[in-house]
Amino acid sequence: MRRVVITGFGTINPVGNNIDDTWNNLIHGKSGISRISNFDINDDYASQIAGEIKDFDPKAHFNRKRLKKIDRYTMLGLVATQQAVDAAKLEDTEFDHNKAGVIISTGIGGMGTFESEAAKLVKRGPKRISPFFIPKMISNIISAEVAIKYDLKGLNFNITSACASANHAIGTAFRSIQYGDADIMVTGGAEASVTPLAVAGFSSMRALSTRNDEPEKACRPFDQERDGFIMAEGAGVLVLEELDHALSRGADIYAEVVGYGATCDAFHITAPAEKGEGGARAIKLALDDAEIEPAKLNYINAHGTSTPLNDKNETIAYKTVFGEHAQNLKINSTKSMIGHTLGAAGAIEAIVCCKTFMEGQIHPTINYENPDPECDLNYVPNESIEMQVDYALSNSLGFGGHNGVVIFKKYK
Amino acid sequence: MNIEQKVKEIIVEELGVEESEVTNEANFIEDLGADSLDTVELIMCFEEEFDIEIPDEEAENLVTVAKAIEFLKSELD
Repeated sequence: MRRVVITGFGTINPVGNNIDDTWNNLIHGKSGISRISNFDINDDYASQIAGEIKDFDPKAHFNRKRLKKIDRYTMLGLVATQQAVDAAKLEDTEFDHNKAGVIISTGIGGMGTFESEAAKLVKRGPKRISPFFIPKMISNIISAEVAIKYDLKGLNFNITSACASANHAIGTAFRSIQYGDADIMVTGGAEASVTPLAVAGFSSMRALSTRNDEPEKACRPFDQERDGFIMAEGAGVLVLEELDHALSRGADIYAEVVGYGATCDAFHITAPAEKGEGGARAIKLALDDAEIEPAKLNYINAHGTSTPLNDKNETIAYKTVFGEHAQNLKINSTKSMIGHTLGAAGAIEAIVCCKTFMEGQIHPTINYENPDPECDLNYVPNESIEMQVDYALSNSLGFGGHNGVVIFKKYK
Repeated sequence: MNIEQKVKEIIVEELGVEESEVTNEANFIEDLGADSLDTVELIMCFEEEFDIEIPDEEAENLVTVAKAIEFLKSELD
């Protein structure tokens, strides 16, 4: 089987607009959650807090004409892609563009565009709808925009599985290279759904934290006082590449992708299956795919959303798969600081796994104050730790019962 | 502001081009870099600004700056 490595990555998210700032803030336990400013928030919204990108001026990245044609989720995806492409030096080296593909996912797509055009339809009728509405809104357009910009002519689509979207994107990109369909895959996720309708919708589900008076303390994965997830926007993009292809063009190698598992709970549209059964099966599949003994794994980047049900069932799933070894695992939640970027989450967390290998540090799960008897593993509470990590498992679960697990290995 | 000025202003804004490029002879697609969706949006902006309705069969003929100005002047007189 062809080996697959990561030769580039980039991100823009609530704790950093590049890799270095992101890592520095994560290691120091800095929250990116604050009161919503993307739109006029008021007390009618149960949840009034989110992880928003700071100091991002779209005009600095895109000209006037482009700004009108792309949704914010695509802007964030393109910014992260440029960082990843630069790190991989894709624009400076020769490669077969027909064997370079793109799978960048999003959980929802151009939600802001959808809302503004829908409002126009109601207020002013169908003739006022922009011809750019559909191409701005559709969830596959980020993959197309990236292909057009960098002339990547291989396989290209997106995968939407709500909050598991990016892990399914990365896993499918990994398979595409293993199988030989592609030599290079630009993959990851982008999301910009901190919008009135999306916040209202997730609030109606009672899925979001309502700790509005303490935004930075609201996301508290695995803590007993957790009360829901926090919406966030952002993007993470990785360049995956066949090992020999990467070596032959002298690319830097940040990590290896060694395993992928995907399952469905087939249980309920939003609630996880009892005891995290579906997630546990996905983890087992990924471990088998990577051909590693569970005991060899020592670090998990959890889904860790801070909802009562997720964190409890995710913990049970780890105990099911790892048995006694579960107590030895270091488990952290990147979402404790970034919030939940939905379809981008798995991609940002994959980048965190790469940085964990590279830096020999594991960032904390912040706001862990009140132990929950049902969540009794080591979540790296509040302070980062120094530790050499050889394997990292990244876990994502999505509404719909979609489970996606990717395993990364330190490249030596 | 006269119609000609306003039309050119809209074109500069919508197509993201420089004012100097918007000559009367300029073709939206060939000279000003518009694609078919841009031209639809441009026509919608004219409709909005001048509060008129431009039927598709008319819109198809408005391929240059001069043709747009000429059509709008005749409609608004």
